Amino acid sequence: MAHRLGEPDRPWMMRTYAGHSSAAESNALFRSNLAKGQTGLSVAFDLPTQTGYDPDHELARGEVGKVGVPVAHRGDMRTLLEGIPLDRMNTSMTINATAAWLLALYVVCAEEEGVAPAALAGTTQNDIVKEYLSRGTYAFPPGPSLRLIADTVAYTVEHVPRWNPVNVCSYHLQEAGATPVQEIAFAMATAIAVLDEVRPRVGADVMDRVFARISFFVNAGVRFVEEHAKLRAMAALWDELGRERYGVADQAARRFRYGVQVNSLGLTESQPENNVQRIVLEALAVTLGRDARARAIQLPAWNEALGLPRPWDQQWSLRIQQVLAYETDLLEYPDLFVGSVVMDGLVAELLEGARAELARVAELGGAVAAVPYMKAALVESHRARIGRIEAGEQTLVGVNRFTETERSPLLGEDGGVMAVDPEIEAAERAALAAWKAGRDTEAVTIALAELARVAARPDENVMPATLACARAAVTTGEWAQCLRDAFGSYRGPTGVGEAGMAAPGAELEVLREEVARVGEQLGRGLRILVGKPGLDGHSNGAEQIAVRARDAGMEVVYEGIRLTPTQIARSAVDEGVHVIGLSILSGSHRELIPGVLAALADAGGGEIPVVVGGIIPERDADALRAAGVAAVYTPKDFELTRILRDVVGIVAARNGLPAPT
Amino acid sequence: MRDAAAALGARLRARELAAAPAALNLLETRTSAARPAIAALLEEVSPERLGGEAPGHVVGITGPPGVGKSTLLSALLPQWRARGASVAVIAVDPSSRRSGGALLGDRARIDADPADRGIFIRSMAAGERLGGLAPATRAAATALAAAFDVVVVETVGVGQSETDVAEIADTAAVIVQPGAGDVQQFLKAGIMEVPDLLVVTKADLGPPAQRAVADLRVALRVLDAAPPVLAVSAVPPADGIAALVDALAAHREGLDLAAVRAGARRRGALADFAAEHGERGLRALGGRRAAVVFLEGLDVSLDGMALVGALEERAARAP
Repeated sequence: MAHRLGEPDRPWMMRTYAGHSSAAESNALFRSNLAKGQTGLSVAFDLPTQTGYDPDHELARGEVGKVGVPVAHRGDMRTLLEGIPLDRMNTSMTINATAAWLLALYVVCAEEEGVAPAALAGTTQNDIVKEYLSRGTYAFPPGPSLRLIADTVAYTVEHVPRWNPVNVCSYHLQEAGATPVQEIAFAMATAIAVLDEVRPRVGADVMDRVFARISFFVNAGVRFVEEHAKLRAMAALWDELGRERYGVADQAARRFRYGVQVNSLGLTESQPENNVQRIVLEALAVTLGRDARARAIQLPAWNEALGLPRPWDQQWSLRIQQVLAYETDLLEYPDLFVGSVVMDGLVAELLEGARAELARVAELGGAVAAVPYMKAALVESHRARIGRIEAGEQTLVGVNRFTETERSPLLGEDGGVMAVDPEIEAAERAALAAWKAGRDTEAVTIALAELARVAARPDENVMPATLACARAAVTTGEWAQCLRDAFGSYRGPTGVGEAGMAAPGAELEVLREEVARVGEQLGRGLRILVGKPGLDGHSNGAEQIAVRARDAGMEVVYEGIRLTPTQIARSAVDEGVHVIGLSILSGSHRELIPGVLAALADAGGGEIPVVVGGIIPERDADALRAAGVAAVYTPKDFELTRILRDVVGIVAARNGLPAPT
Repeated sequence: MRDAAAALGARLRARELAAAPAALNLLETRTSAARPAIAALLEEVSPERLGGEAPGHVVGITGPPGVGKSTLLSALLPQWRARGASVAVIAVDPSSRRSGGALLGDRARIDADPADRGIFIRSMAAGERLGGLAPATRAAATALAAAFDVVVVETVGVGQSETDVAEIADTAAVIVQPGAGDVQQFLKAGIMEVPDLLVVTKADLGPPAQRAVADLRVALRVLDAAPPVLAVSAVPPADGIAALVDALAAHREGLDLAAVRAGARRRGALADFAAEHGERGLRALGGRRAAVVFLEGLDVSLDGMALVGALEERAARAP
C-alpha cells in the first residue's frame, strides 16, 4: 500500500448546529456561516417545533426560539431558506417526532423555488428511539412513531433519492452516559428496528437503496483513540448487518456513513477555555483514520456549558475544522491505522462487547421493546461516570483537578453567552395569528381531514397527506395535534427505578445521616420533587439527582420530562414534598421558574422551597434568587452529594430545625 | 396542633377536597407529638361523627408489576369523573430501600388532568412493613373516604399484599394480564384470599385475554360465590372500563358496609397494636383470641385509633 494518496481527499462537510429566535434571524446566521466557509447547513429547531406545538401553546411558553428556530408553517420555512440555493445545498435537520412534517415543508419550499425533490440533498434526524432514551422530544407512542419514520424512508427513497431520511443517533446516547459498547449496540439496534419496519413496505429490490440511505450521527469523547476504534467497529458491524441480515450485495451500499457532533457532556463550565482543546482532540477521533472518517462534522462551541453560544463562539469551532482540513496534512494519506495492533485490538474488544449487548436487546424484542432496559442501562452508566468524577478516579481538568485559575478574560460583559430576546415569543405568536388569518380555512380543514384519515390506516403512507397539509398552510401544531388525536400520547420511561445504588462513601454516609435526622425531626420521610418544567427533554441531570436523593434516603417524586408549572405545583402539594428541585437546560428558566413559583403559590404550596439546576448564566441566577428561588446550581456544581447536603440544609432551615453540622 | 388537626378532620368531613394534602402530611407523621393530633383528626371523620360509615368507596387495586395498573387507573379516573365522582388515589410504592429512600414513580404513569381538583393522587413509600402497605395507608384511606367518593389504594404484588389491601378496601380487585404467567401464578397460589373482582387487562390482545378469562372462571367454579372476572383494555380505544366501574359499584351495593368496615377496623387495630407492642402486648391482653373477643364487645362506631387506645388501656391494666 502506498503511504500517500495520489490526490488529497476532499474535506468532509463542515456545518454548525445553528438557529435561534426567528426564521429571519436564523436565515441571516446561515448566510453569514456559509460566507465564512461552512459547506453545509445544520438546522436547530426550537423545542415547540421539535415536539409539535405552535408558539401559542401552553407548553411552548418560554421555549419559543430558545434552542433553535421556530418553524410553524411553510412561510417560516421559506423565510428560513431565503437566498439559499437548495439544489446545491446539503441541509441537515435535527428533527425527529415531527420529521415528516419538516421534510414536507422543505420539499414544498423547494417546489416553490422551482427545485425538484430529486435535486434535494440533506438529512432528517428522524430517530425516535434515542428520543425515548435521552433527548425527550418525542410526541407519539413508539409504534406510530416508527411508522412515521418508515413512511419518510419509503417516500424519500422513491422521490428524494439523495436524502438521508434517518440519521441513527448514537450521539445522544453518549451524552446520556453510554459506554462505547452501549453506544455501538444501541445505535445498531435502532437501525435494525427502522429497517425491519421499512422492509415490508418496499420491494425487495429497493432494500439495497434503503440500506444505503441510512446514515448515523455519532459522538466522540476526549478518549480519542478508543473513540476512533469505536467508529471502525461500527463500520464493521454495519457492513456485517447489511450483508447478513438484509442481503445487501453492493459493497458501496453497505458503507458506514456518519456525521458527527463531538461530545458536550465532557465540556466544563469551570475554566471553559479548556473545552477548545477537548473539541480539537475529539475532532481528531472522527477524522484521523481514513477508513472511518466522518462525512460531516459540526463542533460544539467552547462555552456550551455556560449558555447559548454567540456567532463568534461558533466561528471559532468552524475554524478548528478548517485548520484541520486545510492546513494540516491529514487528508493526504491513506488510513493511518492499517495493521495497527492497538487499533485492531480495540476494535475487536468493542465488537465483542457490542455483539453481546446487541444480542441482549434482540432477546428483549428489539430496540423499541427494549427501551426501558436501555434507558435504565444508560442511567446506570451515567451514575457510574459521575461517581468516578466525584471520587477523583476520572480526571476533569479544571473541575476535580488543577482547579486553581486566573480570571478568564473571555467572559466579558455579557457573561460570554448569547441571550435570546424575550420579546421573540410574543412576536411569533402574533405572526402565527396573522398567518392563520390570511389562509384559506377550508383548504386547511380538508387537508387535515385527509391526514386524519391516512393516519388511521397504517398501510398508507402519511407523506402525500403531509405534503398537502404543508401546501394548504397548515401549522406545525395542527399537523402534530391531528396525529396525536389519531395515535394517542405517550410518556417515556424515566429509567430511574432500576438504577443501582451509589458506591458507599464517607460523604454519602454523612448525607444519609442528615437525611435521617431531618426526617425524624420532621416526623416523616424527607420528600423531594424533582421536576423538569417546559419542553426540554434533556433529563440526564434530573435523573441523576433523583437517583442520588433516593440513595441518600429521601422519598423522591420524579415524573419525567415536559411538565407544566401547574402540574409541578399540583404534584408538590398533593405529595406533601418538603422541597422542589427543578432542572432546565433549554435557557427558558427566566420564564418557567417564576411560572412554577406562581403556580405553587396558587396551589397553596408557596412555603415549599424551590432549588434550580441547569445551564444558568450568573446574572440569571441572581434574578432567580431574587424571585424567591432558594438556591441555583450550575454544571460547576458537579458533586451531587454536596448539592443534596445543601438542599437538606435548606429544608432544615425552612422548618426551623438545627442546621446540619 | 390538636385544634388544627381537628379542623382538618372537620374540613374532610365537610367534603372539602383541598384539605387532603395537609391531612395526609399529618397522618404520615410519626413523632409522638403528632399522635394526639392524628387521633383528633381521625375522630372528626369517625363513624360516630359522620353519623355512619364514611361515604367514600374504598377500592383496592393490586397486581404484579407491569400488569397495567397505572394504565387502568388512567382509564378509570375519567370514567369516575364523568359520573361525577371525586377520586383519591393512594399509590403505595414498593421500591423503598433500607436507606428509607424511594423513587415514587407511579404518579407519573397515571394520566390525570392536573387542573382537575376532583382528583387527588398521593404516593406512599411502603417502607419495611410486610404486606405492601405503608404504615399510614389505613388511616389515610379512612380519612379520605370521608371527603372523596372513591378512594383507590393501589399496591404492587401477587400473594401477600392482596390480603392486606382486602383488609382496608371495601372492594378488592386483583389485576392480571394474559399470557405472562400471571393467571397460572394466581391459580397456583391456591386462591387463598379470593378478591372481590378479577380484572384481566390487555383485552385488546384478543384470544390470549379470552383464554385467561376462561381459565380463571373455570378455576373459580369450585367456590360457592365466585367473584366476577372482567376483561378490559385500557389503551385507546379503551374497552370494558364502564363495565368495570359498574361491577365495582355493584359489589359495594351488595355489602353490609357497617359490618365489613367495623370488622376491618378491629383487625387493623389489633395489627397496629401488635406492631407497636409485640408479643408482650398481646400476652397482656390474654392472647390474640381474647383480644378479638374484647374488640367485638366495643362500640362499632369507634375509629381505629380509638380501638388501639382501648387495647392499650386494657393491656396497661393487666396484672
